[in-house]
Amino acid sequence: MEVVFAVLVGIFVSCGVYLILSRNLIRIMFGLSMLSSAINIALLAAGRLPRAGPPILSPEPGAPLAMIANPVPQALVLTAIVISFGLMAFVLVLTYRGFQELQTVDTDAMRMAEPKDPNEGGNVEPKRGGAQ
Amino acid sequence: MMSNLLIAPILWPLAVGAASFFARRNRVACKTISVSGVFVQLCFAVALLLQVQDNGILAYQAGAWAAPFGITLVADTFSAIMVVVTGIIGLMVTIYAIADIDPSREIFGYDPLFHVMLAGVGGAFLAGDIFNLYVWFELMLIASFGLMVLGGEKAQIDGGIKYASLNLIATLLLLTAIALIYAMTGTLNMADLALAVRNLPDDDRITVVAVLFMVAFGIKAGLFPLFFWLPASYHTPPVAVSAVFAGLLTKVGVYALIRLFSLIFVNQIDYTHGLLMVLAILSMAIGVLTAAGQTEFRRILSFHIISQVGYMVLGLALFTPLGLAGAVFYLVHHIIVKANLFLVSGLTNRLGGSFHLAKLGGMYGRFPWLSALFLIPALSLAGFPPLSGFWAKFTVIKASLDVGEYFAAVTALVVGILTIFSMTKIWHEVFWKPAPVDAPAPIGSITHAFLLGPVMMLSLITLTLGLWPQPIFEVAHQAAHELLHSDLYIEAVLGVDALVSTPAVLPDAMKGGG
Repeated sequence: MEVVFAVLVGIFVSCGVYLILSRNLIRIMFGLSMLSSAINIALLAAGRLPRAGPPILSPEPGAPLAMIANPVPQALVLTAIVISFGLMAFVLVLTYRGFQELQTVDTDAMRMAEPKDPNEGGNVEPKRGGAQ
Repeated sequence: MMSNLLIAPILWPLAVGAASFFARRNRVACKTISVSGVFVQLCFAVALLLQVQDNGILAYQAGAWAAPFGITLVADTFSAIMVVVTGIIGLMVTIYAIADIDPSREIFGYDPLFHVMLAGVGGAFLAGDIFNLYVWFELMLIASFGLMVLGGEKAQIDGGIKYASLNLIATLLLLTAIALIYAMTGTLNMADLALAVRNLPDDDRITVVAVLFMVAFGIKAGLFPLFFWLPASYHTPPVAVSAVFAGLLTKVGVYALIRLFSLIFVNQIDYTHGLLMVLAILSMAIGVLTAAGQTEFRRILSFHIISQVGYMVLGLALFTPLGLAGAVFYLVHHIIVKANLFLVSGLTNRLGGSFHLAKLGGMYGRFPWLSALFLIPALSLAGFPPLSGFWAKFTVIKASLDVGEYFAAVTALVVGILTIFSMTKIWHEVFWKPAPVDAPAPIGSITHAFLLGPVMMLSLITLTLGLWPQPIFEVAHQAAHELLHSDLYIEAVLGVDALVSTPAVLPDAMKGGG
């Protein structure tokens, strides 16, 4: 079972990285989303995936310990899913807002914070002319 | 009872954040809550540091679930110092923000986001297991994303997209590393992990995970070659935001690096700390060289963060008592000085109407006392005696010379000289040269006590650290001692019995003493 999961994680990560390498911001965000899904699966598989019962122990003293699933990675992955959901929601809205403000989703064209002319940017003002 | 103090630097700012959220439309109430809230947080932090000094490392097991099964918070001297510095910077920036942040940003939640971010920072400093470290990092990040784009200016959105996406990749790498190390050792508690790694001293897979952690925290700390998000974004938000980002947030990454690579990943020290050494040298050099080409006040300062982070990581990479003490001292010095320089850049922006060096000028003639307030942190950053930066650089360089890392020491010295170049460039352009004819009109006055008070206070702290470094040095040495003797940490979390089965393997560097 772990092998199947490992292959699945591999496919997800390669797709995610391929998308992140794009210049299109939308693709980058989808890539990030795929990457975070891949890592959530890896986190679940980290606790091993045996055929086992639920992690509930019998209250009787001395009862035989049956093979039980590891609850910790499940708790971890739930936390990670919630966090990545929140972050993805934020960056998707940010991307949309970025498109509205900057009129582009091409990362090469997003030079507002780092203008090619170092004397520009921030507050837009006419350039200083001539030598001193 | 006393270990309950550990939870205060996390819960208190969350509560203050919630209170200031409900009060955000009433400016006086909101700011009163904000400032008094951070002040109380600073008091908690100082109390925590005093407790740790008296009683040694404190551990708090949430819900009395014994480690390694429950959530553990740990405060050793290093964590406690960082929590105190967080309180100082939080208080100063909150006061500055009263006069700096415009009303629309306040109504959209500047104060709640700021306090939640402080809670995340405090949690990251005190977390005793790596998954909680991840969660607190996320809390800090999501709040900082909010602060970064709050106001929605074009440059902010642009910088915010780069900041958010690259930091997201860092957290994904961090989560991968956590999954892998959990799969290998079956534990997340840092003390327990340290023991587990001691039992697998020659396992190369541990080193692979260690490097994955190094990359994840390297992105957060702005190490070479992972720093590109930092100068792309730190100069875009209002000064009161970028000051706390520049001072505090990257240092949380450095803190996590120091914690993990002194407590857990000390099994293959030649490889991991050798790699850190190379990264530190490159960060110092590249950061200062790229800063030399910049002409925007805050971007120069942003690139200098990278080179300064190099010094701290160099202290860690040396892994000697003096090196680590130097790294801790450097962290304290740098947080205060860098935040102060950003606040000063805000003052000159108000007076000169711009952050661009070419458009500024003549500040020395008009505002000589402001020049003094710039010179103290600037010369301290460059490492002039007797300011705090001199002692920080001196310690790290002395530690490199002690173990024969001459190349690192020479790089550190040359980078120091180049830092002086950048600082004199700002001095010449902003303060000394006459104001350009077409200089923009001033945006506002700076005579407000809320603007000048924090800058004066931080300069005073820099002077005190420089003229009277002995107390801080003693605390830094204590912190380094605890970092190098991880048994103390493990004993505080897991009890003495845990150590009996797995005796410590001392790294070679420690056997010589120092």
